[in-house]
Amino acid sequence: MGFWSAVLLPLLLCLLLFIGFFVKSEHLVNTPPMMLWLQFAGAILGIMGLLLLPMLIIFIAYSVNNIEHKNDTWKTLFSLPISKMSVYAAKYFYAFFLVFFCLALFVLFTLGFGNLLSVLKPGLKFNEYNIASLLTQLYFKFFLASLGILSIQFLLSLLFRDFLKPMGIGFVCTITGSILASNNWDYAYLFPYSHPMMAMRALQQAKHGSAGATVPQITVEMFTKDTWVSLAIAIIVFVAGYFIVLKRSVK
Amino acid sequence: MVISTKDLTFTFGNQTVVKSLSLQVPEGSIYGFLGPNGAGKTTTIKLLLNLLKTQEGSIHIFDQELQSNRISILSQIGSLIEQPAIYLHLSGRENLLNRALLLQIPESRVEEMLKLVHLTDAAYKKAGQYSLGMKQRLGIALALLSDPKLLILDEPTNGLDPNGIIEVRELLIRLVTEHKKTVFISSHLLAEIERMATHVGIINHGELLFQGSIKDLEALSQPLVQIETDRTVDAANFLNKNNITVADVNDHHLYVPYTSKENMGEINTLLNQNGYTIYSINKQQKDLEKLFLAITQNA
Repeated sequence: MGFWSAVLLPLLLCLLLFIGFFVKSEHLVNTPPMMLWLQFAGAILGIMGLLLLPMLIIFIAYSVNNIEHKNDTWKTLFSLPISKMSVYAAKYFYAFFLVFFCLALFVLFTLGFGNLLSVLKPGLKFNEYNIASLLTQLYFKFFLASLGILSIQFLLSLLFRDFLKPMGIGFVCTITGSILASNNWDYAYLFPYSHPMMAMRALQQAKHGSAGATVPQITVEMFTKDTWVSLAIAIIVFVAGYFIVLKRSVK
Repeated sequence: MVISTKDLTFTFGNQTVVKSLSLQVPEGSIYGFLGPNGAGKTTTIKLLLNLLKTQEGSIHIFDQELQSNRISILSQIGSLIEQPAIYLHLSGRENLLNRALLLQIPESRVEEMLKLVHLTDAAYKKAGQYSLGMKQRLGIALALLSDPKLLILDEPTNGLDPNGIIEVRELLIRLVTEHKKTVFISSHLLAEIERMATHVGIINHGELLFQGSIKDLEALSQPLVQIETDRTVDAANFLNKNNITVADVNDHHLYVPYTSKENMGEINTLLNQNGYTIYSINKQQKDLEKLFLAITQNA
């Protein structure tokens, strides 16, 4: 279930955007290609940091652990001659892979549908600007920003069987993180749930940098303070989670 | 001893669920672990599988200490705890293949196991659609997949019809006699345990009230000779006069404490020679159920 939702989400969202742009193409015909791409990709990127990415992570972390909770198979997994580290790490890296895969699909579908649009509606000049490298960098930054949240949500879903607790905690933290980040609190970079929002700053730079210039330079600063904190938290919580699993009794 | 625990104690919060349990499970035995609900059976099994951390006491399996040799011990154990834990969204066959992949067991073994538990026909159906009995059989197949030396089964005949129960019983007996495995089985079905166990451990409120071979248990129960005759009361009085104590008399039978086969024969001869017609005479075991109730209620 987790796997298919990781595939369907990017597909459906990009498709929706494609249809939207297709229908409204007359309004957009004279927009310069780069702006066109930024509008197209930006529609999703905008919501990504705010809500989409944290929710995606909460859901993936939940579904990966829920298979075992639902089927009551934790006890069988831990009674097999497999080290507890292997079980824990395998599940974690599957969730890790799913998030990566989902974001990669967003890149692919955005590029794919954008180019499809320019083929179907020659007035939309998507094909005159290649946003692939910028998009990839942006999404990668989002990915790095998400790792802190992933570790925390994974641990919560491991410890709590129901959906509400990890979801509730994750949701409240997401809102808090968004508020802290958008209000430019000095220490927002230390709170993992602010990181996607802060990754969006890179996009803001991109958007503002291009206003007015004909061939503007857009760079994405990959390893900012918040990215480092996200990675650090990811590693710390992963290790802490392992020790908790080790000590805990399996119900 | 395949399983040997010493003074095993486990507490959940304030409640001591297992108290100073010293199990001795011999190799090649079918050890029946009996107890009422809440006695501590499943907790003991979880301790044996290292699903719960040992708090007090020690556990040795295959003469190795459990905590320090976890993986090598677990690789030789097959277990079934409570309801079989199977992935409902996968088919029966896929469940077995998944386990085989995890444990690096060849695929051919999966087919063997399906045949053994008679699930070959339903192998491709989603496990979520299986009946309770089929799920139970799949659970047993999963436990046997790695060809373990020790089988720990928590109520494996739960939900099986009489045919299923007999099949499991015969399978377990075969595994022990032909394949030299050891089976540790917890159950409520006293009649079943009586028919297949070689050793028995009775637990209540976390304490082991009895442990020993099934013969020892039977000896504990003071067997009786049950005699059906044409004149029951007269026969009873006659026996009393001849210094044979009569344990009980009712409308249909009279009961004399059993000492030996020869003695039973002598009583038969005595009554026959004195004109009493014996319709039936046999040794009656106090059945395991009454014995079990007696042991658990007296504790």
